[in-house]
Amino acid sequence: MATMTYIDALARGMWEEMERDPSVFLIGEDIGAYGGAFKATKGFQAHFGEERVIDAPLSEAAIVGASVGAALLGMRPVAEMQFADFVTCGFNQMVVNAAKTHYRWHLPVPMVLRLPTGGYIHGGPYHSTSPESWFFHVPGVKIVAPSTPYDAKGLMKAAIRDNNPVIVLEFKYLYRRLKGEVPETDYIVPIGTAELRRQGGDLTVVTYGTTTGFALDAARQLAADDGMEAAVLDLRSLMPWDKDRVLEAVRQTGKVLVVHEDAVTGGVGAEIAATIADESFHDLDAPVRRVGAADVPVPFAPTLEEAVLPDTAKILAAMKELARY
Amino acid sequence: MARIEVVMPQMGESIAEGTIVKWHKKIGDQVKKDETLLEISTDKVDSEIPSPAAGMLAEIVVAEQTTVVVGTVVAYLETDASVAVDVKPAAASAPKPAAASPAAAPAPRPAQQAAPAAPPAKGRFYSPLVLSIAGSEGVAMEELEGIPGTGEGGRVTKKDILAYVQARKSGTPPVALAARTPVAPAAGGSTAFTPGAADERIAMTNVQQKMAAHMVASVQTSPHVAAVHEVDMTAVVRHRTAHAASFERAEGFKLTYTPYIIDAVVRAIKKYPLINSSVDATTIVRKHAINIGMAVASENGLIVPVIKHAEEKSLLGIARAVHDLATRTRTKKLTADDITGGTFTISNYGVFGTIIGTPIINQPQIAILGTGAIVKRPVIIDDAIAIRSMAYFTMSFDHRVVDGLLGGMFLDAVVKNLEGCDVEGEIK
Repeated sequence: MATMTYIDALARGMWEEMERDPSVFLIGEDIGAYGGAFKATKGFQAHFGEERVIDAPLSEAAIVGASVGAALLGMRPVAEMQFADFVTCGFNQMVVNAAKTHYRWHLPVPMVLRLPTGGYIHGGPYHSTSPESWFFHVPGVKIVAPSTPYDAKGLMKAAIRDNNPVIVLEFKYLYRRLKGEVPETDYIVPIGTAELRRQGGDLTVVTYGTTTGFALDAARQLAADDGMEAAVLDLRSLMPWDKDRVLEAVRQTGKVLVVHEDAVTGGVGAEIAATIADESFHDLDAPVRRVGAADVPVPFAPTLEEAVLPDTAKILAAMKELARY
Repeated sequence: MARIEVVMPQMGESIAEGTIVKWHKKIGDQVKKDETLLEISTDKVDSEIPSPAAGMLAEIVVAEQTTVVVGTVVAYLETDASVAVDVKPAAASAPKPAAASPAAAPAPRPAQQAAPAAPPAKGRFYSPLVLSIAGSEGVAMEELEGIPGTGEGGRVTKKDILAYVQARKSGTPPVALAARTPVAPAAGGSTAFTPGAADERIAMTNVQQKMAAHMVASVQTSPHVAAVHEVDMTAVVRHRTAHAASFERAEGFKLTYTPYIIDAVVRAIKKYPLINSSVDATTIVRKHAINIGMAVASENGLIVPVIKHAEEKSLLGIARAVHDLATRTRTKKLTADDITGGTFTISNYGVFGTIIGTPIINQPQIAILGTGAIVKRPVIIDDAIAIRSMAYFTMSFDHRVVDGLLGGMFLDAVVKNLEGCDVEGEIK
């Protein structure tokens, strides 16, 4: 077992799958000799060659479109957007071609789209976007959102092996800040399974990605401040999301706080809250509450970014309010 | 020097009166400004009333448990420190405070200042989960209302109800029930509404409250069915007219139609005794005595005095009993025995001009006869048009026991008894 960073675990997942399956290849801007904007693919081209680690022109539409075509011809492309923000230029290829081909022609599109996601890095409005809601709404696209190095490798490998288009949200804030134990073995984390990160009987926080760590910090603080124990459920996959585990958590605590970095309005949390109200109304002891970003682009100035994005203090305040209810 | 008034405050614009629950000070006690002087209860809130000024409680005008209208002086404060403590006579010698000195005696401010949190028992919010647990654990709503809540705003949380259920299971007397104040059942139930500022609130008398509760209970208990028959009262009218003067001379009171109707009903009951019954769960209890209640509208509400053992009485005996009860109803001399034990009731709403009504059964009886106004109408008799004194009689009956056949036959017997009145017959 090795301790490695979140980004290394993602890279490790890709590396292992490329060694395991010759149909797997990478495509993206500056991913070859340069090793990618975040160096996720450093050393890949030297080892696997230019045919399997392709430096693409500056066109997200071409990268996603070529990936769809390659996938239709039996390959397993792994495409990188330098920043998730830029996926808008490849949006049509993703939601029209990648997502619908299976429904229309019964042909699988086994491709992975890597989206370096989110803020907290003072990247400003064009480099800090949380794009999950754009795709969450689209039938035919899976979305995974690892919050630990272990899951980063396991979900990357699961995504590559999946026969559907899968978006891997890579939380940039965690790339080099988060380290953890990652087995050298060949394992996958099944898509669609949530993981309980913390036990607690007083309320449940449902979250994913960067805010998972914030929620865990807040839960520890809540226990210290008020003696209340919050369970923290990490979704890990957004599409499909683990409804059974979420509803089980509702039954156990009766109080749910949904937390994500993405904006509250129309976010993944809205769907979770609505589903709880729909299917588990009689288990609710409090309104389902949400914490997310304000409905504005992520600002550049650190103080403003801090004000807009959810953090441990905001999550803790919401947890205390819900615990008191 | 000042002697100031303490008045019953206006606790919300719809409140007309308040009851003094407790005086917190005795006569002669010193009281600070804004210190609690008394506690009052209105039909909206219970409130502690702060003293309008510092001084000595000189006189209590309105005693505890007394209800007075808003603005009534309930006490006097003496604000002059030099006045001796036990100076009750000072009340007489002190000049009556000028009405126009409001600055010296500000009335306690109304509700928004003093309003205490309403007791949480009624209208409290319960989460779906708490209601689910209450349902699965068999916690009744009124029980739930007694559970103290530790959540925000006193909300009963999941933990609160689980602790309560646990305590109940382990035999610990649940605190909740001991602590809770019984909720007085509204007389006839009530529907939420918002009274306007100019609307008047009128307290229901005891009789009115009992009537309301009784009527609601009856409608909920018995499936009411009404049958209407037409009765030709001409023979009865003629008989009464013929005997009215001599009867009044002999008896000292007027002969009315009521004794005729009661007599006709009693004879019909003798023919169809099942009408004279009550329902006890799945058993019909047929009453031996025929005790006829007659509904009397009084100033305070509906009262139904009962003629006991009517089956043993002649028309004259019934007339005397009716007169006795009617007189004592008006003079408020009825005893509890006079208004209980009825087995069948007659409501003569015809005296108000009503021609057809659908009376509500007087529980636990199973039928009630309503008699409409006697009106002269053209009637066909043997293919000729005749002028007859006609009335519509309605019998409301409890269809749990009485079906349309029995109800119709009984009512027909009442009609035949009246129509067969022997105009020449003596009253004895």
